[in-house]
Amino acid sequence: MDHLPTLVSEARDAIQAAQSVSALDELRVRYLGKKGEVTALLKGLGKRSAEERPAAGEQINQTKQTLSAEIDAKRQQLESEALNARLAAERIDVTLPGRGQESGGLHPVTRTLERIEGLFTRIGYDVAVGPEIEDDYHNFEALNIPAHHPARGMAETFYFDATSLLRTHTSPVQVRTMKSSEPPIRIVCPGRVYRSDSDLTHTPMFHQVEGLLVDEGVSFADLKGTIEDFLQAFFERDDLSVRFRPSYFPFTEPSAEVDIQCVMCSGNGCRVCSHSGWLEVMGCGMVHPEVFRHSGIDTERYTGFAFGMGAERLAMLRYGVNDLRLFFENDLRFLRQFT
Amino acid sequence: MKFSEQWLREWVAPQLDTQAMADQITMAGLEVDAVEAVAAAFSGVVVAEVLTKEKHPDADKLNVCTVNDGTGEPVQVVCGAPNVDVGQKIPFAQVGGVLPGDFKIKKAQLRGVESRGMICSASELGLEEETSPGILVLPASAPVGTSFRAYMQLDDMTLEVDLTPNRGDCLSIKGLAREVGVLNRLPVSGPEITVVEASIDDTFPVTIEAAEQCPRYLGRVIKGVNVEAETPLWMVERLRRSGVRSIDPVVDVTNYVMLELGQPLHAFDRDNLQGGITVRLAREAERLTLLDGQEVALRPETLVIADERGPLAMAGIMGGENSGVNEKTHTIFLESAFFAPLGIAGQARSYGLHTDASHRYERGVDPELPAMAVERATKLLMEICGGQAGPVVETVSDEHLPAPRIIMLREARLESALSKRLQPDDVTDILQRLGLEVDKQAEGWSVVAPSWRFDVAIEEDLIEEVARIHGYNNLPVRRPAARLALRPANEALLTQAQLRNQMVARGFQEAVTYSFVAPDLQAAMLPDAVSPVLANPISSDLSVMRASLFPGLVRALEYNLNRQQTRVRIFETGLVFNGHLDNLTQEPMMGALVCGGREGEGWNSTKAQVDFYDLKGDLESLLAMGGAQEAWRFEPGEHPSLHPGQTAQLFYNGEPAGWIGTLHPQVRAKLGLKVDAVLFEVRLDVLSQGEIPAFEPLSRYPEVRRDLAFMLKEATPVQALLDCAKTQAGDYLKDIKLFDVYAGKGVAEGYKSIALGLTWQHASRTLNDEEINQLVDSIITNVRAELDAELRG
Repeated sequence: MDHLPTLVSEARDAIQAAQSVSALDELRVRYLGKKGEVTALLKGLGKRSAEERPAAGEQINQTKQTLSAEIDAKRQQLESEALNARLAAERIDVTLPGRGQESGGLHPVTRTLERIEGLFTRIGYDVAVGPEIEDDYHNFEALNIPAHHPARGMAETFYFDATSLLRTHTSPVQVRTMKSSEPPIRIVCPGRVYRSDSDLTHTPMFHQVEGLLVDEGVSFADLKGTIEDFLQAFFERDDLSVRFRPSYFPFTEPSAEVDIQCVMCSGNGCRVCSHSGWLEVMGCGMVHPEVFRHSGIDTERYTGFAFGMGAERLAMLRYGVNDLRLFFENDLRFLRQFT
Repeated sequence: MKFSEQWLREWVAPQLDTQAMADQITMAGLEVDAVEAVAAAFSGVVVAEVLTKEKHPDADKLNVCTVNDGTGEPVQVVCGAPNVDVGQKIPFAQVGGVLPGDFKIKKAQLRGVESRGMICSASELGLEEETSPGILVLPASAPVGTSFRAYMQLDDMTLEVDLTPNRGDCLSIKGLAREVGVLNRLPVSGPEITVVEASIDDTFPVTIEAAEQCPRYLGRVIKGVNVEAETPLWMVERLRRSGVRSIDPVVDVTNYVMLELGQPLHAFDRDNLQGGITVRLAREAERLTLLDGQEVALRPETLVIADERGPLAMAGIMGGENSGVNEKTHTIFLESAFFAPLGIAGQARSYGLHTDASHRYERGVDPELPAMAVERATKLLMEICGGQAGPVVETVSDEHLPAPRIIMLREARLESALSKRLQPDDVTDILQRLGLEVDKQAEGWSVVAPSWRFDVAIEEDLIEEVARIHGYNNLPVRRPAARLALRPANEALLTQAQLRNQMVARGFQEAVTYSFVAPDLQAAMLPDAVSPVLANPISSDLSVMRASLFPGLVRALEYNLNRQQTRVRIFETGLVFNGHLDNLTQEPMMGALVCGGREGEGWNSTKAQVDFYDLKGDLESLLAMGGAQEAWRFEPGEHPSLHPGQTAQLFYNGEPAGWIGTLHPQVRAKLGLKVDAVLFEVRLDVLSQGEIPAFEPLSRYPEVRRDLAFMLKEATPVQALLDCAKTQAGDYLKDIKLFDVYAGKGVAEGYKSIALGLTWQHASRTLNDEEINQLVDSIITNVRAELDAELRG
């Protein structure tokens, strides 16, 4: 009993010196186990007088608790050190790039077409598509462009024979839709079109989106509103100025070219807008009665508007691409810029 | 059409500066493409007279002249022009003057002789593009000492309007002035045109056989003209400012009147005409040598002007070489005709021609104009070339002239078309100023379209005219109203956008290649393909429609390999064209190509190159999107572009749907590619076919799994083993996994070991070993029987 303080002091030193959880476990056995040194003192109580016994017992029990608490504390300390060491050892460089396939990207023209389709389908237009090798009737005749019409010179046409050709616009899709369905009609027609022209600003193939709306009571004001909304939405510019210039297309009457305030210089004049401050971006008009007649639509009851735009032109303005030909070279260094 | 602002302002004078007028015309639908000064900037140039001329003492080609430039003292100047002569009025650049190109005139010594100024040529003053050989000689009436700019009225602009094909009526100063007059509500007036009375009786007979194509033909003989006379400078200048070169006075006058009034004219040498003029369609095998020297074989639908001997001119398009005016011409026969647009339309283009005359006739020339034009031309011609005019002889077929078009414009229709009610008086005014005869009635306006407006035929044309003059931008804006009707939507169908996005997610860049390809490339890749061939390709490299997406993808690969892009993953969607025109298919496809490293270069990526299974995995990920994987099968196949041992044909419910394979080494060699590439091409219509998910309750009973490895002959496709195992595995088979393929040590030569993991599960009970054992036995027995393959020991 007299050596209790010594024992406690020894035990404490040993606990503090322990380097591992297993060493601590050994100390617990050595001091507090069934055959442990402190336990042995308890067992020796019987040798004490009845007066001494409660105080000594109390003392030994306290010692037991103290040592047990110290062992627990030391254990926690060791465990936490071990965890920290492990975490430190497992540290990685999180700035290294991840593993696996990088993402690809859509072609800028597709991106533009999808965006345009999205703007229109969201308000109730359908997307319509059609063949690219067309016949003279759908590409010209039905659009009020008879064989010798001067407008045929406007679009240089690729022919296969006297009547088969590559469509010069997506308007044939409008004709096919008007023939196969009843008003109200609301469609956009995206797709490839072809003109035999190839220079800095023309490629023999390009993409158009045309739109058509046929219903009762459609007016030129509806056309203006639709076009203005579309252009402001496309360029995400609420204050974009849009102007309508009288023009001529055989399939619309009245017809208009649409100019927007130059998006490159905000209308101040730059190379892109030839210092005019305006950019011609699309054509539009009210559907010509002759076109309705070809499609069997009652011209007294229904009116409609149509519009058309070049996807490459809009993509160039939107993304600042300065060379049309880049769209068809498929240079990965170009394509990756749109991912 | 190019025109001089000054010239236009002689007809109509709006209080607008040049730019404002250009903007106004543009916004009325006559798009002004360019506004340019008619002469470059220069200063210090005056009209002077050559007083003396002497040979330069030390230079053969130089003369020493003195000129009177109005400053008093004669000025000595050295001149190298061969045509300089005493008495000429000439443009003289004084010392201190600046010519175009910032060329400063200074006092100079030329081979020892002092020269104080410069006598200028037209090109030195920027009035001619080509270098002129001689100095510009001015009319004798030019006042000495006046500023040359002022004398020539060079402070003028050329406006170029890009007219749409419906506005043939604006292809003249008269037409443009009319338009400007309407826009500014101003009166329009041109030079007074009076009848030139005949002073001789000479005429030349004209017969019209093709009255439908030529309802009106006016002719006049003018005798004793001096073709050698010089076209006056003012006319040369106006022609120049309109982009027309001066040729000779007769041609110049006809061009001038065409520009001024819009009426094409043609002058024949009367002495080269025999018998009489016949306006008729060309006859079989007739030929004509045109003014530009080319000889054409005429087609029977072409209108010609002929005499006894044959065609003299292609009516309304171009004159003939042998009947035109030349330097020996003494008597001319002047033609001023109305050719119907439909008779001319398309003709010029079919011969590869496009002339100022055909351009106008195709669009429509006012049938009431020929008489006025012939008088105007006669007067100008006689002023320049002298001569005596015979009477104008008109041959006309009234029934073939365009009938007056009476059109009704309903007030209510106008309002509903524009969503705006315009003041009826304003509408009347607009229509009248445009030259329409207007009768205001209760429900609207009954109008007669003017003879020059071929494009005004229906009510919508009038609506456009009113809207245009009122100003499109002054019209209201609103949003269309529509019924919110839901439409059917097929849930099973995948959109192209979904499929494209899947490819993008798997690291592909989308390519867009031309739909026409080089015939040799297509032949190398698809020797049996038949696809339409363009009759007029832009180049032979782009002349045949693609029968597959492969050629375009391979070209794109090549393009990138040539630019150090060695890892290529691209895809494209688009139509491919197969068959002749009468049995053509235009099918939407999706194609892809991979080449180079399996993974992009990186710190922990493999160096392995892509192979068949990489792209197959990408393709399978597309097939899985719709949830209808079971409908798809890959079977070994042969495709001319692809490696025969590494090619699968793809079937959708037994129907051929596409191909996947490694590029054939021979094709690769033909194309000069040094690397392997794997490609697929699948029909988009079937790729889009998915199915709607159908729920199956989750079983609460345990799964049973058995792994079986078979020794399969090398040539036996794994698919056969899978098919056999599936058929025998009973109804409760949940899943079959192919988890190992091995050949090599421990597996006999010519064999491969295929390990399958089969999982069974029953919906409502636990499966017992016995029934599973039976199924496994049945699989083993049937695989042995059907595929001659044993379980691996």
